[in-house]
Amino acid sequence: MGSGNSVNIKNLCKSYGYRKLFAGLNITVPDKSVLVVLGHNGAGKSTLLRIISGLVPATSGRVEVVLGGRVLSASERRMRMGLVSPDLELYAELTALENLEFFAGVRGIPFSREAAGELLESVGLKGRGRDYVGTYSSGMKQRLKFAYALLHDPYFLVLDEPTSNLDEQGIAMVDGVIRRQREKGIVILATNEPREVSYADQTVSLA
Amino acid sequence: MPTRLSAWLKAGIPVLQKDLRVEFRTRYAYSALVMFAVTTLVTVSFSIGGATLEVDIAASLLWIILFFSAMAGLSRSFVQEEEAGTVVALKLAADPEPVYFGKLFFNVVLLFSLAALVVPLFLVLLNLTVAMPLYFLLVVAMGCLGLAGVTTILAAIVSKAGAKGSLLTVLAFPVLLPLLIGAINATRSALAGVPAAYLRPDLNLLFFYNGIAVIASLLLFEYVWNE
Repeated sequence: MGSGNSVNIKNLCKSYGYRKLFAGLNITVPDKSVLVVLGHNGAGKSTLLRIISGLVPATSGRVEVVLGGRVLSASERRMRMGLVSPDLELYAELTALENLEFFAGVRGIPFSREAAGELLESVGLKGRGRDYVGTYSSGMKQRLKFAYALLHDPYFLVLDEPTSNLDEQGIAMVDGVIRRQREKGIVILATNEPREVSYADQTVSLA
Repeated sequence: MPTRLSAWLKAGIPVLQKDLRVEFRTRYAYSALVMFAVTTLVTVSFSIGGATLEVDIAASLLWIILFFSAMAGLSRSFVQEEEAGTVVALKLAADPEPVYFGKLFFNVVLLFSLAALVVPLFLVLLNLTVAMPLYFLLVVAMGCLGLAGVTTILAAIVSKAGAKGSLLTVLAFPVLLPLLIGAINATRSALAGVPAAYLRPDLNLLFFYNGIAVIASLLLFEYVWNE
């Protein structure tokens, strides 16, 4: 699955009423690379990532997510894409393991407590799987969002301010996730952190 | 299409299980449903003393209670997803149709469990006897299905709006009016006891209303969910 995989942003425009966030955006993110989206607060970084994830429709233009030379449908895109975002929340009334079990269930992928435990361990939540998410700190919730995003082994990983609320160990965990994902797929990352910008194979700056 | 439908129904089960688990731990929706229903029933029971209501009034009262209870609690599952921000994670993980079925099943379970509590209380507190018990149960079940079916899609719409509190009732009332009229007529007939042939038009109305409500909701849900 090495070639024929990309994210193609074609003449993308997004407006809210009269306010134009961006227009005529053309970017191709090739396989095994990292795109970093830059821009000041309110420039539209998160909106661009939400459009790429299929959460928000574009005003005009389109985003093609290509895997194996074929443009994925919305449903296929959901199965192959992982998102970490400040907007995304997991169920506070469920434990971390119950959250992962639920999302595995709705994605239709097999779930095992052992594999989920290992995934939680890999994001630094070893031994906290049976705790309610409502009792987690903001940093732990951010780590759990990575477990959610990686649960289905996505080919495309979309990260919006991935190191927010994380300590040094957490930032190192994100380093590892991005490095491994770049070797096997595509990463799209929105940030203004100089450390995170250094991951970039290409950057796009939204004015 | 049958294969896709069964896949959607199967994928809706985790959504139902999750909502039941969250509801069991928080009782957001069920508390609202039960409090409204029991308060209304007890108030009416005290106000009429030992008298027995006429079946016309009793049938209307039952569906008024079930309607407003549904309005009080059945929007919670969607509103809570929006307010807690979990809707983003759910949208990314699930196709719209399984979410619709999961939420519909949850609302059906919630309304049936409310009816299981309220209907016996209704009969006891208002000194009512049911002339046609099986028809009565069938009417209650079909009415609850219709209430849940319509409320599910409207709750999805309302959850995106600012004024969530009163909007569901305002939107639901005209849409549910045919169902309520049919359910009240059929309940009155079942309480009073009429030849079965007289019940058939109202039962047909409930049956076709429920079918149309679920099919139309399923067709519309993707647009509402992705808005």
